[in-house]
Formats: sequence, C-alpha cells, structure tokens
Amino acid sequence: MARTLTLPATQIRAPGRRVALKNTLVHLVLLASVVVVLLPYYLMISTSLKPIQEIFTDPFKWLPSRLAWENYVDAWNHAPFGRYFLNSTFISVTETLGVLVTSALAGYAFSRMRFWGREVFFVIFLGTLMVPGEVQLVPNYITIVRLGWLNTYYALIIPWLASVFGIFFMRQFFATIPQELQDAATMDGASHWTFLWRVVVPLSKPAFITVGLLSFLGSWNALTWPLIVTNTPEMRPIMVGLLSFSNEWGTQPRLLMAAATFSVAPILVLFFILQRYFIQGIARAGIKF
Amino acid sequence: MIPRVPSRRVRRLLENLEAYAFLLPAIVVLGVFHLFPIVFAFFISLLKWNMIDPVRPYVGLANYVQALQDDKFRTALGNTTYYAFVSVGLAIPLALFFAVLLNRKLRGMSWYRTAFFIPHVTSLAAAAMVWHWLYNPDQFGLLNYLLDKVGIPPQRWLLDPLQAMPAIIAVSIWSSLGRDIVIFLAGLQSISQDYYEAAQIDGANNWQLFRHVTWPLLSPTTYFILIISMIGAFKIFALPLFLTGGGPISKTLTIVYSIYQQGFQYFRMGYASAQAYTLFAIIFLITMLQRRVLAHRVHYDI
Repeated sequence: MARTLTLPATQIRAPGRRVALKNTLVHLVLLASVVVVLLPYYLMISTSLKPIQEIFTDPFKWLPSRLAWENYVDAWNHAPFGRYFLNSTFISVTETLGVLVTSALAGYAFSRMRFWGREVFFVIFLGTLMVPGEVQLVPNYITIVRLGWLNTYYALIIPWLASVFGIFFMRQFFATIPQELQDAATMDGASHWTFLWRVVVPLSKPAFITVGLLSFLGSWNALTWPLIVTNTPEMRPIMVGLLSFSNEWGTQPRLLMAAATFSVAPILVLFFILQRYFIQGIARAGIKF
Repeated sequence: MIPRVPSRRVRRLLENLEAYAFLLPAIVVLGVFHLFPIVFAFFISLLKWNMIDPVRPYVGLANYVQALQDDKFRTALGNTTYYAFVSVGLAIPLALFFAVLLNRKLRGMSWYRTAFFIPHVTSLAAAAMVWHWLYNPDQFGLLNYLLDKVGIPPQRWLLDPLQAMPAIIAVSIWSSLGRDIVIFLAGLQSISQDYYEAAQIDGANNWQLFRHVTWPLLSPTTYFILIISMIGAFKIFALPLFLTGGGPISKTLTIVYSIYQQGFQYFRMGYASAQAYTLFAIIFLITMLQRRVLAHRVHYDI
C-alpha cells in the first residue's frame, strides 16, 4: 500500500501495460539519439586504430582488421605533442589555482566585508560580463606586445588569473554561510583572513570544485587567445598545436583522429571521474547566473 | 562605557584597507586585461592603427562607416545572423524535448544525460577535426556512406556553399545540446510537483500539463538559455575556423572570424576594433530586445 502511494501521479492512473510501452518508447528514442550523439567519438576512435590502407575504403569499414596502435606513435612523433601537453597542463593548472585564489579573496570581500565603493565595484565587474570577450582581443594583444610578453607563458596565463564569473559565484556561495559562524570566529579573535581559509573555504568545497573545473575546462579548451599570442611550437598549448597539426596532416585522417583522441582524453577522463560536479556545476552556473 | 581604542574611524579605515587588500589581485588582473581594454578598444576603433605603421591618425567613425559599407563584413553579419537564429531556434526545442524525456524517473536516465553532455566538454578544436572527417565529401566519409545506404547520392557538405553553414550549425547543436539539457533539467526539477498533481486532479492530459504547467513555470530557464545561446551564437568562430576557413565563397565567414582576419592577419587594429564594437552593439541590442519582448512573458512565481 505504502509503495503505491509513492509512485509518481502519472503512473497511478494509467494502466500498467500502457506505461511500460511508453517507457520503452522513451528508452528507444533516447538510445537512438545517444547513438547519433556518440557517433563522432566512434568514428574518431575507430579511424585512429585503422591500418593506413583501411582508411579510404569504399564501402566504409566499421571495424579495423587489426588495432593499428602505430597511428598514435606516428601522430605523437609528427609534432611536439609532449611539449603541447606540458604547456597546456602548466597553463591550465596555474590558471585554475590563480582563479580560485583571486575569486575566493574577492568573493569574500564582496560578501563578508564592508568597504567604500563595494556596490560600485560589483556593478562594474558584473557589467563587463555583457561585453563579448572579442572586444578585448585587440587591446590585450597590444598590451601584451608592449609588455614584451608575446609568445611567453605570461601572455598565456596572467590575463586569465581572475574571473568575474568566479568572483560572482564565490560571493553567492559565501553569502549562504551563516553569520553566526563569523560572529563566533570573531569572538575567538579570528581575523577575516583566518576565517576565510579556516572556515569559509572548507565549507565551500562545491563552489571551489565548480569554479575550478569550469576554469580548467575553459583553459584547456581555449583557442582564440593562445592562437593569437603564440607564434612558435614551443609555446603552443594542445589545442593550437592541434590546429597546426590538422593544417599540416589534413590528408591523413588516421593521424588526425589519433591526435584528436589523445587531446581530448585528459578532459574526458576528468569528466568521467568528476561528472557529477561537471553537470551540477554547469546547471548551477546557469541557474544562478 | 566601551573603551575607545582604536577609534571607530580608524577601525573603519583598517577594514577598508583589508577589504581592498583582498580585492587587489582581482582588481589588478581584471583592471588591466578586462576593464581597461573595453575603453581602449573604443579608442583604438577611432584611429587608423596598423601594427607596423607608427603613425596612427584619428579618423573618427570612419572605421565604423567602412565596416558597414564593406561587403565582406556585411556578408559576415548576414552569415552570423543566419547561424544564430537557425542554431538557437533548433537547439532550444530539441534540448527541451530531451530534457522532458530525461526528467522521467526511469532507470538509466543519468546515463543518457552523461552521454548527451560529453560533446560539451570536448574541445571544439578536436570535435571539429572529427566532424571534418565525418563530412568528407568523397564516398569515404561516414555521412555519405550512410546516405548511400538509403539511396541518396554523396553530398559536398562543407564544400557546398548552401550546405556549409547548415553543416556547421549541426556541429554547434551537437556541442551545446548537453549544456542546454542540463540547465533545462535543473529548471524542470525546480517546478513543484504540487502543480502537476493539482492539474491532474482537474483532469489535465499530458500535453495540457506541459502547455499550462511546465512551459510557463519553465520560462525563466528558457529565457536564460535563449539569452546565453544568442550571445554565444553571435560569437561563433572556432567551428568555421576549423571546418571551412570561412569558405566556400565566404559563406561561413562570421563576425569574429572577420575580426580575427582584420586584427591578426592584416593587423588593422583600428578596423578590427570597430568591428568588435559593432559586435558588442549587436549583442547588446539583441539582449535588450529579448528583454523588452519576452521579459513580461516570463513567470518567476515558482
């Protein structure tokens, strides 16, 4: 009895067989759509493992006759991918840590401290979100040239060490921490600094994971800015490296697909490990915005 | 009386200093690379500024006038508008459809959701390479192979002036669908079950439930997705860069692609900045327009 009451209302009224049929239909539609959505990944991986003579076949071959792992070795050796990965890892990790620190500090100030100009600063920061980043491309490029930072890690990292979105997100999250906690900490003689790192940060893990993941993802997948400020292979992050690789080896799908596979692999692995946070992060970033 | 050391004024000053110390790193970075360039870009857009030429004369709005008369930029405006309306117009109903399906409490739903979401975390650079191969115009391409199976002759896809932009739109929908679904799902889950129960007691069928409960109560989410999708769509760049190089015959040249060409291939900084500010104006106008037209239709009474 109790169990029937907890069923969703739609299922109480409809006859069981019709519901089962409808659910099967839902599964079929979703399954077919997922197959379409994942088809490019199938093509990517299967092509990357096909021997060279099985790429351009008519008709198309769904499966390779043997797994041609040498495609990965060839692709890796045709461009300095090791260096690209090193660059991307260094840039993304530094940027993510930087964004977390600057966002936490500024988000804390905006949510928990009183100072002159608080509202004005906040409105100006938020207002800049309306401006498409493309407006800043040319002036930032000129700034980088004038600082002598063209083709350096400074150019790739420093402009991205703070994020309006990160600050806003942290501020919203920190505002939900009860004032009593702060009062108690103040009574014990804790400064803002101590309170932030000892109490607020440990309580805000979800916010840190969200901002950190989105920042890492944005940095790893970034294209336009690194494309503009790098001009030698040594400084290229992976995605710019991939672009030049595809210009150079465009006629060799087995190499391109192998390179595409190992370029997206780190993010996909990260996604599968932390998918709950990724999905919640996107949903939350979307909803609260 | 309370002991008056330190005085209130000194305490306020110290608190202010502390707050600014907290803000300092963010203010420096955002100030130099986020706020200043917004103003600087407008200034540059009023100059004839070539990277190699030390003389940068003030030309007023000439760059803007030139942009509006430039056939190539007008093509880019047209292409981008076409892209934005078609891609957003298709993506939102599709995402809503899947979100409503996924919102059923059935087994395996989170598995589907994850699958839909994978393209959104895949970089456009890598995704574009794979789609380029998928769109191979010869009989070797997977897509043409599948068409052949159902008796349709091979298509030129990215090389066909009429098919190139739709082909890019398909990739962009594939890439953003998961994000839209996830945001829609969060919106759907925030609608109280009570509304559905009340409507069912009144004898509403599934379509009526959707039309009179889900759709109005989901409108803040729909509105939000519409705004971010439109803004994102007008900034499209990576896909044409990778898939078509702006071609064939400029059919996939977009606004940001044009800014990129002018600024970083021809180094016409003034002209590129004027185009960038034009993009800003368009995005601003579209956001405001959507606000005026749609905001009063959005129900926030969840």
